[in-house]
Amino acid sequence: MQQLYDTLTQRFSLGEFTRQRADLAFITVEAVRLHALLRHLRDQEGFTHLVLLTAVDWLEDGQFQLTYLINNRAKCQDLGLRVMIARDNASMESIHDLWAAAATYQRELREMFGIDFPGSPRLMDDFILEGWNAAPPYRRDFDTLEYSRATYRERPGRETRDPAAHMKQQLYGDKGDV
Amino acid sequence: MFELDRSQYPQKKADGTLDIDLTSGKYLKLWQGPQHPGITGNMAIELTVCGDEVVDATTHVGYLHRGFEKLMERRTFMQCFPIVCRICVPEPDFNEYCYAAAVEELAGLEIPELAHWIRTLILEMGRVNSYLMYLGGQAGAFGQGVIGQWTTYVRDLMLDRFEELTGARIYHMFIIPGGVRDNLPDGFAGRMEETLREIESVLADVDRVMFHNAVFKKRAVGVGVIDTAWLDSYGITGPNARAAGVAKDVRKDQPYLVYPELEFEAVTGKDSDIYTRADVRRRDLLLSLDLIRQILSRLPKTGAVMTKLPNVLHWKIPRGETYVRGECSRGEYGYYLVTDGSGYPRRVNVRGPSYTHSIALFERMVINANISDVAALLVSLHTYPPEIER
Repeated sequence: MQQLYDTLTQRFSLGEFTRQRADLAFITVEAVRLHALLRHLRDQEGFTHLVLLTAVDWLEDGQFQLTYLINNRAKCQDLGLRVMIARDNASMESIHDLWAAAATYQRELREMFGIDFPGSPRLMDDFILEGWNAAPPYRRDFDTLEYSRATYRERPGRETRDPAAHMKQQLYGDKGDV
Repeated sequence: MFELDRSQYPQKKADGTLDIDLTSGKYLKLWQGPQHPGITGNMAIELTVCGDEVVDATTHVGYLHRGFEKLMERRTFMQCFPIVCRICVPEPDFNEYCYAAAVEELAGLEIPELAHWIRTLILEMGRVNSYLMYLGGQAGAFGQGVIGQWTTYVRDLMLDRFEELTGARIYHMFIIPGGVRDNLPDGFAGRMEETLREIESVLADVDRVMFHNAVFKKRAVGVGVIDTAWLDSYGITGPNARAAGVAKDVRKDQPYLVYPELEFEAVTGKDSDIYTRADVRRRDLLLSLDLIRQILSRLPKTGAVMTKLPNVLHWKIPRGETYVRGECSRGEYGYYLVTDGSGYPRRVNVRGPSYTHSIALFERMVINANISDVAALLVSLHTYPPEIER
């Protein structure tokens, strides 16, 4: 994978390289260079399979990390491309022209994280959350517990325990922290 | 095999969308699902038909969304493991394996060898269950209800083996970060051998009654062809790809657990239609029975099944990210896990093969299909909605 990174750096300006395993590495890429890099990797380097496209919310940094994971079956290699974009008015170039299946991932990311992919087919169609009007629920600042409390009523007679405190009590009793 | 695009109508508008005027009386909207015998689980297909030919289709999901990925961000690494199996009901064990393997990799844990063997055994047992359920569904889509009764019977025997091994029939919660919960019970191999023979006996009947049935052949051969050119574009993996002649099988391509030590070849077909996909799965099921025998004959007799874990209540995993995959009965199953140094996952993303198969691929394949073939076509892709919605 290091060899691939060295080859790519001759053509593209790349960021941090992380070798996770012999067959898996991650590279940080600027958003503007992603599409051309993906096309190159797909057409020239044999990374023809888009494994997944997802987002990680780094709320404290004000950024989303988009991860494009692609696979080269012939060489048994996986490459994750990390793209950091601003959380405010998050928008990213669509890659549905490279992989038709990417349109589904982008629809989900629009719905769950509020990330826009201009030009992506059926982007604004409801995917999972039909009729959802609240904030995108997979963002870190969307509090599922608070949403549930505000939306649903408590069932009478139900006891609620903090899972961590309850397990500690079950395992260690009154001995305290171990 | 029919031509890829037989459609003469509807015409496309300038913006590329279909010119469908429902008031013209020429087209009809038809909903298949979410409650319908011709649907795979809780999802729905919105069909636009002209006569009995499908001209447009949209897959609707969301009936099962429970927000697993978000729920896991509020749970410790060990609290996540009883949740993940619920992401795929008929074959839950891949969730347990992929999650456990991802956590172990980022936490730097080494797993005992015996646990690797038992994990492989569990995954193959789950594959058998999933394929048996599929065979019943595929035959049922063509009106052969008896096949489902036979396969449900032998699947129940395999559930007995799961129950004695894990204590549970559906959600096993047996593959845990650090290893597996227990060793095999005494006499397990003998009872498993009886189960395998019963399954083989029923599969021989299935072969005669289903695969040599004139109606099944007439309706499944040449229908629902997946072009090999679509494989990468639509993220097609597993038997759907292997039936098209491409030997995509993670067990061989990027071997994990003890698969490098087992003797087998990826099962492939060449015609890529409904019949071939069913046949590939039937032969893959026979392969799984063989792999279970290989595992039970070569499994280490003694050894630990769990590695020592840190205090799971205070277990923090250093910042990192990884992706772990396995070959489930429907294709590539994977977990993308991101950690931030805290005691909770920063992000978990589940890659289920149904995600691409039942949306982008199905919406493309079903165009020009006959209404009566829609159910069979969808079942032939072997999709499970929970892994789409997570």
